[in-house]
Amino acid sequence: MAMWLFLGSECLLFGGLISTYMLYRGRHPADLGPDQIFDIPFTSVSSFVLLMSSLTMVLAVSAAAQKDDRRTNLWLTVTALLGATFVGGQVYEFTSFYREGLGFTSSLFSSSFYTLTGFHGVHVTVGIIMLMALVGINKRSSVPGDKAEVVELVGLYWHFVDVVWIIIFTLVYLIPS
Amino acid sequence: MAIIERPSTPALAGSGAPAVVTPSQAYGVLKRPVSTTGWRSWVFTVDHKKLGIMYGVVAMFFFLVGGVEALLIRLQLAGPEGTVLSAGLYNEMFTMHATTMVFLFVMPMAAAFANYLVPLQIGARDVAFPRINAFGFWCFLAGGLFLNTSWLLGGAADGGWFMYQPNANALFSPSHGVDFWGLGLQITGIASLTGAINLIVTILNMRAPGMTLMKMPIFTWMILVIQFLLVFAIPVITVALFLLMFQREFGATFFDVSAGADPLLWQHLFWIFGHPEVYILVLPGFGIVSEVLPVFSRKPLFGYRFVVFSGAAIGFVGWGVWAHHMFASGLGPVSVAVFSVATMLIAIPTGVKIVNWTLTMWGGKIWFTTSMLFAIGLVVEFTIGGLSGVTHAVAPSDTQQTDTYYIVAHFHYTIFGGAVLGLFAGFYYWWPKMFGKMLSERLGKWNFWLMIIGMNLTFGPMHIIGLQGQPRRMMNWTEARAGEGFFNLGFWNRVASVGSFVIAIGVAVFLLNVWQTHKKSSKTPKAPLDPWDARSLEWMTASPPKEHNFDAIPTVHALDEFFHRKYEVDHDTGEVRKVATGEEILAAEEAKADKHIHLPSPSYWPIILAFALPLMGYGVIYNRLLIVAGGLVVLLAMFGWALEPSVADDSDYDPPADGGGSNKELATIG
Amino acid sequence: MSTTADHVEHGDHADHGDHVDHAHEPHVHEHKPDSYYVKVALILAAITALETSTYWVDFGAFFLPTLLILMAIKFVMVASLFMHLKGDDKIFSYLFYTGLILAILVYMAFLATFRFFSPT
Repeated sequence: MAMWLFLGSECLLFGGLISTYMLYRGRHPADLGPDQIFDIPFTSVSSFVLLMSSLTMVLAVSAAAQKDDRRTNLWLTVTALLGATFVGGQVYEFTSFYREGLGFTSSLFSSSFYTLTGFHGVHVTVGIIMLMALVGINKRSSVPGDKAEVVELVGLYWHFVDVVWIIIFTLVYLIPS
Repeated sequence: MAIIERPSTPALAGSGAPAVVTPSQAYGVLKRPVSTTGWRSWVFTVDHKKLGIMYGVVAMFFFLVGGVEALLIRLQLAGPEGTVLSAGLYNEMFTMHATTMVFLFVMPMAAAFANYLVPLQIGARDVAFPRINAFGFWCFLAGGLFLNTSWLLGGAADGGWFMYQPNANALFSPSHGVDFWGLGLQITGIASLTGAINLIVTILNMRAPGMTLMKMPIFTWMILVIQFLLVFAIPVITVALFLLMFQREFGATFFDVSAGADPLLWQHLFWIFGHPEVYILVLPGFGIVSEVLPVFSRKPLFGYRFVVFSGAAIGFVGWGVWAHHMFASGLGPVSVAVFSVATMLIAIPTGVKIVNWTLTMWGGKIWFTTSMLFAIGLVVEFTIGGLSGVTHAVAPSDTQQTDTYYIVAHFHYTIFGGAVLGLFAGFYYWWPKMFGKMLSERLGKWNFWLMIIGMNLTFGPMHIIGLQGQPRRMMNWTEARAGEGFFNLGFWNRVASVGSFVIAIGVAVFLLNVWQTHKKSSKTPKAPLDPWDARSLEWMTASPPKEHNFDAIPTVHALDEFFHRKYEVDHDTGEVRKVATGEEILAAEEAKADKHIHLPSPSYWPIILAFALPLMGYGVIYNRLLIVAGGLVVLLAMFGWALEPSVADDSDYDPPADGGGSNKELATIG
Repeated sequence: MSTTADHVEHGDHADHGDHVDHAHEPHVHEHKPDSYYVKVALILAAITALETSTYWVDFGAFFLPTLLILMAIKFVMVASLFMHLKGDDKIFSYLFYTGLILAILVYMAFLATFRFFSPT
């Protein structure tokens, strides 16, 4: 329940960031706007990767519910790897944008874009840390509390991050300004 | 008689296999802090009552800090061309006065009451997440101290508590004050957010058997509404503060008009948070008063359901009115009209409450204790503040009043008259519950009258000088332009300054009262168990409550459960008569005490985690390496936290557990 | 915010030992076979592919509504199926969707005051 409340709260956080971006996305020099700079095929692939990580997360939760430690760890690791791929893609994307001349302070568009996607990236990274911690914890038997529930809570967080990306991907990348 | 057992390893029955690695082995030489006396029992505690008291003490400290700031402001304005403060210092003073009072006094003091009383009122043994609770408190303390260190490090924030952009940009506010402000609030925001989530889960999940939502004490209801407001409002200010930080520290241009930005963005984000925040400040007072008035009128709260739903309605509509703070900023006629109407709407549930309180007292046998006086004071003063609030809702008149002392008068009548008086009513009402001793009623009456006269002297004249056009935040006035006769600004400014010192004396009397009650040679007798003939569950246990709150978790049958156990209606005569005393009820409850109660053990991690955050804050301002260091501590503390079982292992006790009883039945901790 | 995310997370499960009162938090949703989740994921992937195709194919006037509806479908699918909102206690849905709807309403109003939606 606490997790759901927290996620409800996060809605307002990302809502604010997305709104800021929507407000400022048109404010940039003519040659360095979203339409010129986004690489839709590339981002589509990384979106797909994140989406699939949600699937592997669900499988991990399901394995944890069946008290199958080995499969839980396997799927958790796969999820973390997919997440890392996504973050890696984001790092690559940021550097290539930067090389094209889009720094954090270049324009309002760039500032709000980097802030929004950066925040999301940090959330994914935090998620990865939690996943790896879970794998580590799973290997020790001295964990307090109910393991399946812990996996499920982390799962909720992970799905939420995915859901936010679903929105960002559509609103930020696919809809041209 | 229930005993709190020293828990033994199988307390972790839920996790299957017994712990292989004990905490003390896992964390090197450090043993789990388990003492129940001495400073350690406070610093590492997870007990909601101790945390509540600490919240109260720290908030009271910041109240005095904020009060001194206010007195300096009033001293500056006491005479023409005041020279007490320089212009820059004056800006810092009013900014920090507002920030301190809002974020470091009223909110945490409400948190103090909520922490202490909510579990008691709903018949639980602690909150849902005791360690998160401890973390919240330490975060608040860390954030508050961090914020105030700016005084020593080049000057405090000086942009007003709303920190409007671009005025608070590095260009116009070159000191680090605003950075401290932003990061400090970020940290206290984490405290509020975690506290809010914790309390919501507690209230929704851990009520005593039989207590449906509609049998819940009204104070708990109001706290629930506030926590929802917090959960959804805090992230908005978080966004705004992050944008501010990126702007000031990393050169982004979110609010830079020359880069094409819209400074209204800040205003919107701030007030989307800020307006719910206003209700966050005032609803605890409403909740306290709704408890106090029925008790001292000897009548049930009139229209309990209406009070609950109007509270919820205030919480809801509070989200749709933020732009009324911005009528003068050129929003356009449609926005102004919409928000103007919404703002008038919110007067309705507030009015409903006032009516309910009045009708609660109507025909009651009123007992004018200090607590009751404060509660009545709230009803009167808040109504005045509410009425001047309606004049702001009317956009044309608001345009006239914006940024004058009229606004200052309005919000002090609501916040001082609504929140602060409510909190003082709470002090006097619950003091015997929390500390087992009664505060002196004689000094209490002095306290009340000084404060109520002082506040009207201080804030009443501000209506006049505001309508005369004295701008808010003005650091000086001159005799030449003060005006004539009744409307002489100078005269009323002097009155306000005198009033502020009357308030200060009132607060001093309160502190004296506390000191007299608790000094070593004090002859104050122990408070009776049920001094006020109270109605709700928190009085159905010892004063002060035992560490585990209730020997047996009571089963609830009615709203005002305690009252219904004490009194019965005689079916023949229709008269209400007393059938049991508080002592008898308590004895009956103790007789069926739970045999074994397990409470969570204290922990190091919350305080470590909380104090890593200001470290990161200093890092953002001074040296990026500190961010990394703070981040590592955070990470370490979180891992330590996650791996730490909620009850300490036997080997943490010194000397080792006697008997240890490994196969006793376990009672759940609420 | 990331730090908040983190400690609430950790605190959350760490503290589960603290409140033993699990009875109120039902986790009794029936566990679907893994193949079910794979099917859901395939549908999600198909929708993503459709969305991405707008980059190459011109949908004309339907473009914006199509994208928004597809986005909403994906959102609800993940929330109710992967996150089990559908089978869980209604209170979780209330808590989460309160936040979501509040965010949408407030920020729509917010953008509206900037005349974001009106043609300029």
